[in-house]
Amino acid sequence: MNQKPSLGKRLLAAPHLVWSALFIIAPLIMVVYYAFTDGNGSFTLSNITAIPDYADTFVLSIWLGLLATVISLIIAYPLAYFISQSKLPVQQTMIMLVMLPMWMNFLLRTYSWMTILEDNGIINTILTSVGLSSLRLINTRGAVVLGMVYDFLPYMILPIYSVMVKLDHSLIEACQDLGGNKWDVFSKVILPNSISGIVSGITMVFVPSVSTFYISQKLGGTSTQLIGDVIERQFMTANNYHLGAALSLVLMVLILVCMAIMNHFSDGEIETGRISA
Amino acid sequence: MKKFFSLITAIVLAFGALGTTVFATGTTEALDPESLRGTTLYVYNWGEYISDGSEGSLDVNKEFEDRYGIHVEYTNFTSNEDMYAKLISGGANYDVIIPSDYMIERLIKEGLLAKLNFDNIPNYRYIPEEYRDLYFDPNNEYSVPYTFGMVGLIYNTKMVSEAPDSWNAMWDEQYSGEILNFNNPRDAFGIAQFLLGLDINSENPDDWQAAYEKLSEEKPLVQSYVMDEIYNKMENGEAALAPYYAGDFLMMVDNNPDLAFVYPKEGTNVFVDSMCIPANAQNKEAAELYINFMLETDIATANANYISYGCPHTGVQSNPDYEWVGNEILYPESVDFKTDYFHNLSDETLSLMTSLWDDLMVEGGNNTGVYIALAVIVAAVIIIAVVMAVRKKRRANIDD
Amino acid sequence: MKAKKNTLLKIYSALIFLFLYAPIAVLIIFSFNESSSTAQLTGFSLTWYEELFRDAATLSALKNTLVLAVLSSLIAGLLGTISAVGIDSIRSKRMRRLTKSVTNIPLMNPDIVTGISMMLLFVFAGRLLGRSGVLGFPTMLIAHITFCLPYVILSVLPKLQQLDPNLAQAAQDLGCTPFQAFIKVVLPAILPGVVTGIMMAFTLSLDDFVVSYFVSGPASQTLPIRIFSMTKKRVTPDMYALSTLLFLAILLLLILINFAQSRNEKKAKRS
Repeated sequence: MNQKPSLGKRLLAAPHLVWSALFIIAPLIMVVYYAFTDGNGSFTLSNITAIPDYADTFVLSIWLGLLATVISLIIAYPLAYFISQSKLPVQQTMIMLVMLPMWMNFLLRTYSWMTILEDNGIINTILTSVGLSSLRLINTRGAVVLGMVYDFLPYMILPIYSVMVKLDHSLIEACQDLGGNKWDVFSKVILPNSISGIVSGITMVFVPSVSTFYISQKLGGTSTQLIGDVIERQFMTANNYHLGAALSLVLMVLILVCMAIMNHFSDGEIETGRISA
Repeated sequence: MKKFFSLITAIVLAFGALGTTVFATGTTEALDPESLRGTTLYVYNWGEYISDGSEGSLDVNKEFEDRYGIHVEYTNFTSNEDMYAKLISGGANYDVIIPSDYMIERLIKEGLLAKLNFDNIPNYRYIPEEYRDLYFDPNNEYSVPYTFGMVGLIYNTKMVSEAPDSWNAMWDEQYSGEILNFNNPRDAFGIAQFLLGLDINSENPDDWQAAYEKLSEEKPLVQSYVMDEIYNKMENGEAALAPYYAGDFLMMVDNNPDLAFVYPKEGTNVFVDSMCIPANAQNKEAAELYINFMLETDIATANANYISYGCPHTGVQSNPDYEWVGNEILYPESVDFKTDYFHNLSDETLSLMTSLWDDLMVEGGNNTGVYIALAVIVAAVIIIAVVMAVRKKRRANIDD
Repeated sequence: MKAKKNTLLKIYSALIFLFLYAPIAVLIIFSFNESSSTAQLTGFSLTWYEELFRDAATLSALKNTLVLAVLSSLIAGLLGTISAVGIDSIRSKRMRRLTKSVTNIPLMNPDIVTGISMMLLFVFAGRLLGRSGVLGFPTMLIAHITFCLPYVILSVLPKLQQLDPNLAQAAQDLGCTPFQAFIKVVLPAILPGVVTGIMMAFTLSLDDFVVSYFVSGPASQTLPIRIFSMTKKRVTPDMYALSTLLFLAILLLLILINFAQSRNEKKAKRS
């Protein structure tokens, strides 16, 4: 008796499965297909063997992405904790303030960093007007990392906040009752309970940072070509879809490996939902 | 006064008509624009390359829409190569495109352009003789010239120690970090080739390798590789030197009088950008109507005034409203340096150039530190993983 | 001691909010700039707000963006809810895990890979069908639905799992058809999840640039794409004006929502 509705219900998953097959699986198959063929459609490994030429670029992208992720985490964690400990109305307002920038177009927000960082930009104007010498801020790797941190910081704050707000206060009290000091409270209660938020925050900052091309184009100079830039160029300018597909494939595999390593550390459980707050 | 102008126009018209009799022999009826009302026309053009209504100029596309009831979907590309990639992807159809000479040669060779029906473009009579039968379209079948010009060196007089007269200035270390260069391979390689005295259309791989090495040598000094981003950077004094198209300089100097322009002595590239219709255009008649519209003297003058490139149009040249007539940068009286057109390259050379360009883009910067840092991190992750695994095992053993 | 720590944290948060809002402040200030420069302030004017309403291309891009966001979030909401019910009823563990991992792919994949993989598919399909010019509004809609779907599913699924399966059964025992049972019992219980999912989908679709960049055609320019092509030459401050207006609209909306929420909470407390 329980089986019958269940069959009908299970059929409800069918549209999704068809959709996934058509628009998630098939496109990935296309990437693989393009990566292993040449312009005439015949099989080739030359796209894959060209990848080592881009090793530097991959390494640089991962490095800058990693830096941005770590900095975001360091900035976001105390803030998320502070927000979660505030009174409810304050909490709501602060979360709103964190989310609000996400509604502004990120291209424009990044662009306005140019106005701030340029040689004749706001910071340097202030510096020179108080008699200091101006700094070269834009067109550096630092500017690119800054752009990444800036653009993706909310994606780190929100998931950490959303696990911290669920944290049971009696756990902290229990730890204190058992003679734990502040460090114990942090390392034995708060940190382990916020791992899932941290992991999803890391994912949501690392993945877009590694693959960005816009931020590096606007804020980076000539020495910050990221893998996203190379891929974009293959499709939009160089008209070499096959190399572009091969690079995307490698990028995808690299990111999946990174994610797998991280999930291994956190035992699964990822807090999904960017604005689940 | 007005009469006088119309008299001139009439003379020009009559004069132009002589040259176009060849095209007037077609027997087909002139196209009826009414039948195209309500259709959409896809126009794909360079950025800042049409009078768009800003700063009190004429909004050319809107004018076309209002007159013919044809909706114009106007989008921009930033380089010939970008345009080609979009066109050949099959993802998008366009009705009118405005590529440069060498790209037109390539598109014709690959069968990607449609032959124009000049019966629908009577205003072709305004195109002067010297801009017909150009090398990329020797029989005048596929293209209608829109602009012409040369590449030169723009510099900020307040930021350079002495006025440059050579491409060499872009390799001058005192301007490190204040030099811009083209973000498209053909123009960037062209500069290195002129500087090295090489043929810009060389089919010899060694020449391209040499040009690549020259650019590679310059890269540490370059602030960034740009196309139209150059406007903001030069106008705001963010960069001292940049090669770009002469016409754009005239727009920039309007906003920053410190800028100056020179045609370097080693020579430079001459180009003609022409209106074409892709072979897979869906609205060819409207496209021809548009091209004809763009050649109307008033419209062409508005465009020529706004984009300030050289204008191959007899009507514009004699129009008193034309601002740039006789401008020495656009129409230099004597050219005492080498000039050359880009030609389409063979497939082998093209792919060599593209891959050298890719190498140039990704190389540079000192990455040893990055490698070391990443290695340390990977090692740390492995150690932590091992420690954690050992601990887990120990705990499991204790539990047992 | 505690007060001191609190002030420290307050200063810290203030600094971070300063960091988050500095570029936005710059953007708003420059929207009132007199000249067209986005680097030097010359004087106060409202020119760019007037200019904005004359800029047909920007307004049509805004319209495209909104239509796309509304359509894709609603379709993803409907499809996602149905799928979540279906996935929830799958009993085989292996099958469940497989479905979930496939659903998660667009979440894990970099946007650039999602974008180009879909573009390759569309272009390839177009070539098979002998058609060119396939990229346009429909392809963008498909792409947006695809990356929105997982968010809807993942916000509906937990609600379904919290639901007592006997409830729907009871409703059916009382004479409801399965469909009626779903509408009357299941839907109200999962509605908050559905709404959250649709809201997320809407936000993501509105802000998406990377995926749209690869799958859009000439006639389907959205605001982010238009902004991108502008940043390739000059960004005119009317874009800043538009962003300022959007910013204010969203700020107002969020304040209203907050206000309504806190009033509801007060009411709930009283009763």
